[in-house]
Amino acid sequence: MSRPQAQGAGGPELRVRPVEAADLGQVIAIDAEVTGLEKTDYWYELFHRYGGGRTRQRLFLVAESGDLIQGFIIGEVRDWEFGSAPCGWVFGLSVRAGARMAGTGARMLEAICDGFRHAGVNKVRTLLARDNSLVLSFFRSQGMMAAPFIPLEKDLD
Amino acid sequence: MKLQKGTSLALYSVLEFAANPGRQLSAAEIAEKYGASTHHLAKVLRELGRAGLVESARGVGGGYRFSGNAKRLTLMDVIELFEDISTRTGESDEFDASSEVGRALGAVMAEVDEIAKATFRSITVDTMLKLIQRQRRAATEAQAAS
Repeated sequence: MSRPQAQGAGGPELRVRPVEAADLGQVIAIDAEVTGLEKTDYWYELFHRYGGGRTRQRLFLVAESGDLIQGFIIGEVRDWEFGSAPCGWVFGLSVRAGARMAGTGARMLEAICDGFRHAGVNKVRTLLARDNSLVLSFFRSQGMMAAPFIPLEKDLD
Repeated sequence: MKLQKGTSLALYSVLEFAANPGRQLSAAEIAEKYGASTHHLAKVLRELGRAGLVESARGVGGGYRFSGNAKRLTLMDVIELFEDISTRTGESDEFDASSEVGRALGAVMAEVDEIAKATFRSITVDTMLKLIQRQRRAATEAQAAS
C-alpha cells in the first residue's frame, strides 16, 4: 500500500498495508486503549466487511512497525448521499498512545486518500464529536476544513 | 460569536511571530500592519509574554519573538488569555431568556457558539500557518493563470 519509511532514528520502518486477521487483536487493543471499550465482535464484523481489500470502495488499513501495529484507519467511498457526489469517508482512526506525534496518522491518511483516488473520488470527509480535540486537531493539521454539511440528531422517544 | 479587539490583536501577533520564529518583531511593526495603536498592542504583547508565548528580546531595536509550541498551541489557548468564551452561550448573551421566543433563539445561538468554540479548540498555530501558506500559494497560482 505504501513504501516503507523510517519512523525515527534507528526505529523499525513504518509500513501502511491492508489489515489482516492476525492484526485484529492489536487493533482491538489500540481501540480499547482510547475508548475504554473492548468491542471484539464489532471489530471482527468490521474486518469481515472492510478487511482483506475485498473492494476498492472499502479500506481498512494498519500501520505496522516491526511486529507492532501502531495504528489503524478505516474508510469507504460513499455515493450520492442527499445528492452529494461520491467522496471518500474516514470513519475510524487511532494511533497507539506511545506512537503519536511521529507521523503515523499522516502516513495512514495519505495511504487511505491514495486508495480513494484509486477508487475515482477526489474529496475526503469525516465526522467527529466536537469535543474530540485530539483527532479534530490531527485532521485540521492535514489540511481538512469544515465541510458544507451540518450534522443533526434527535432523541427517539 | 465576536472576539474583542485585544483578542484579535493577540491572534494576529502570535501568528506573525510564529511565522517568523527566528526574527524579532517590534510592537510598532505589528501595530502598523494591523491598524492598531502601539499602546494597545504593547498591552497585548505583555499578556502574551506573561503566558510564555512571546519573549522580549534585548539589544538594539528590541522587539519580541515567539516562544510557544506552535504544534500544541491552539487558537482557543490564545483567545482564553484575553476573554472567557468557554462558558459563553447565546442564551445568556443576546436574547431575553424570560420569553419562549428568546429561549428558542438563544438555543440556536448556543449551537452556533458551540461549533465556533470546537473550531478554535481544534486549530493549532502550526495548522494556521499551513493554511496561510496554502492560501498564498493559491493566490499566486490564480494570479499566474490570469
